[in-house]
Amino acid sequence: MNNRAAPRLGEPASLWRMRIVPVATVMIASALPLMLPLVANSPVLPPLGLLFFLCWQLLRTEMWPVWIGLPLGLWDDLFSGQPIGTAVGLWTLASIAIHYSSQRIYWRGFLHDWAIAALLIAVIQSLAALIVHPSAATGRVLGLVVPQIVISALLVPLFMRLTGKFDNFRLKRR
Amino acid sequence: MVRPVHRRPGQSRKAQYSLFAAYVIAVTGAVAGLLLAILSVVDPVGFAQLRLASQEITAPVARVSRSVIGSISGIDDSVGAYVSAGSQNRRLRSELAETRRELVATSTLQEENRQLKALLKLQETDKTALANGYLLTSTSTSSKRIALLSIGRNLGVAAGQPVRGADGLIGRVLSSGPSVSQVLLLTDVDNIVPVRRARDGLPALAYGRGNGDLDVRTLNIANNPFKPGDILVTSGTGGLYPPNIPVAIVVRRQDDGALARPLADPGKVDAVSVLRPYTPDNIEAQPAPAPPPPTAAGPTP
Repeated sequence: MNNRAAPRLGEPASLWRMRIVPVATVMIASALPLMLPLVANSPVLPPLGLLFFLCWQLLRTEMWPVWIGLPLGLWDDLFSGQPIGTAVGLWTLASIAIHYSSQRIYWRGFLHDWAIAALLIAVIQSLAALIVHPSAATGRVLGLVVPQIVISALLVPLFMRLTGKFDNFRLKRR
Repeated sequence: MVRPVHRRPGQSRKAQYSLFAAYVIAVTGAVAGLLLAILSVVDPVGFAQLRLASQEITAPVARVSRSVIGSISGIDDSVGAYVSAGSQNRRLRSELAETRRELVATSTLQEENRQLKALLKLQETDKTALANGYLLTSTSTSSKRIALLSIGRNLGVAAGQPVRGADGLIGRVLSSGPSVSQVLLLTDVDNIVPVRRARDGLPALAYGRGNGDLDVRTLNIANNPFKPGDILVTSGTGGLYPPNIPVAIVVRRQDDGALARPLADPGKVDAVSVLRPYTPDNIEAQPAPAPPPPTAAGPTP
C-alpha cells in the first residue's frame, strides 16, 4: 500500500500526461480569446494557439507527427473566426517547414527558434488575412495584421519559456 | 540544446513507409484545408453551424468571465487616448461649442417637425426591437470582425437582422445558433452600409476598414463634400438597415472621401437591440412613405 503512493526509482512519466499536455495547451490557447469579454476593433490579441503550436514543435520536433496541424488547426478554425480550413492548411505547412528546418539546421539555438517562429507567424497571419478578404486591397489587409505580427514576434520568447514549463510538467516523474 | 534525432529512420522499411505516409497525409490535408477555406469564403454559411456549435461551448465561459471582469473596452483605444490627449481635448472643446450651437438650431427644427408630423398624422415607423442582448466577446485574433451576441434563435434572432446599440449601428447578424449568434461588426472589411449625411441627405457608402474606422465614399467623386464632424445615418437604401440609425462621424477628409469613426463602439456598448430587417414589404406596410427629401436618391450598392 505504501509502495503504490510513493514514486518508484526509474519509473517513467505518465504516458497519458505526456501525450495530453501539449495538445491541451494548444487547444485551450486557441479557444481562450473567445472566452474573454473583449470586443476588439482590430486584431489586437496575438494568435495564442499558433504560438503554442509553433513553440512545442520547435522545442520537441519529434514529439508530434507532421500531420498534427490537421486536427489542431481545425480546432483553431472553429474559434478564430477564420473560414474553416485556413489553419488546417497553414499550420500543417508550418510544421512541414519546421521539420525541414530541423534537418537543415542541426544545432538550432534560441535565436534560430525565435527567427523561425516569427517568420512563420508573419507568413501564416498574412496569408490567413488575405484568404479571408480576397477582394480587399492587399496593402490594407496586410497593414491590418502588421501590429499583431510584431506583438506576436516579441512574445515568442515568453511562450518558449511557458512551453518549457509545461514540458517539465509533462515529463515530471510523479 | 541536444542535437535532434536524425530524421532518416534507418534501414527499417516499416519506419520509412510510416514516415512517408505521415508526409503524404500532411500535404494532402493541408491542400484540402486551403481549398476548403477558399470555398467557405465564397459560401460563408456552409460551415456556420459547425462554428456556432463550438461557440455554444465557449459562450457560457464568456458569460461568466464577462460578469466577473466586466467588458474590457478596446485596449488600443485607451492607449491611443493617452498619446493624443492634449490635441484631443482642444478638438473636443471646439466640437462641444459647435454642437451646442447646432443643438439649439436642431431643437427648433424638431419642434417644427413634430408639429408638421402631427398635421400629417404620420405614425412613427415600427422601431421596436425584436430582442435585446449584449455582446459577449469577439474574434480578437483574426482580421475578421465578428462578435458573439448573447441571444440566439431562442429569442427569434435570425441571419440578416440589423443590430444597433444606444449610440448607433453595430452591425448585422451573420448566423444564429440556439442560444448565441454571430454579429458581423460595422467595421469589418466586408461590411458595406449605405448611409446619408444627416445634415443634407447626401448619399454615400460606408466601408469597414477592419481597424475600427470606416471609409466613406460619396457617389459623386468630382468634389469631396465631407467636413470633419459630419454625422452619417443609415439611408435605408437597398433594404436591410432601417433608415435614420446613426452610423458614424467624419473624422477627416481623404483623397476619395472621408475617414469616419463609428458612433457606437462595440467594445463599450452595454446592451444591443436586434431589429427587423428593413425590406420592401416593411416599407409598403407603413401607413405613409417616410418623407425622403432629395435623400433617398442613392442607388443600391
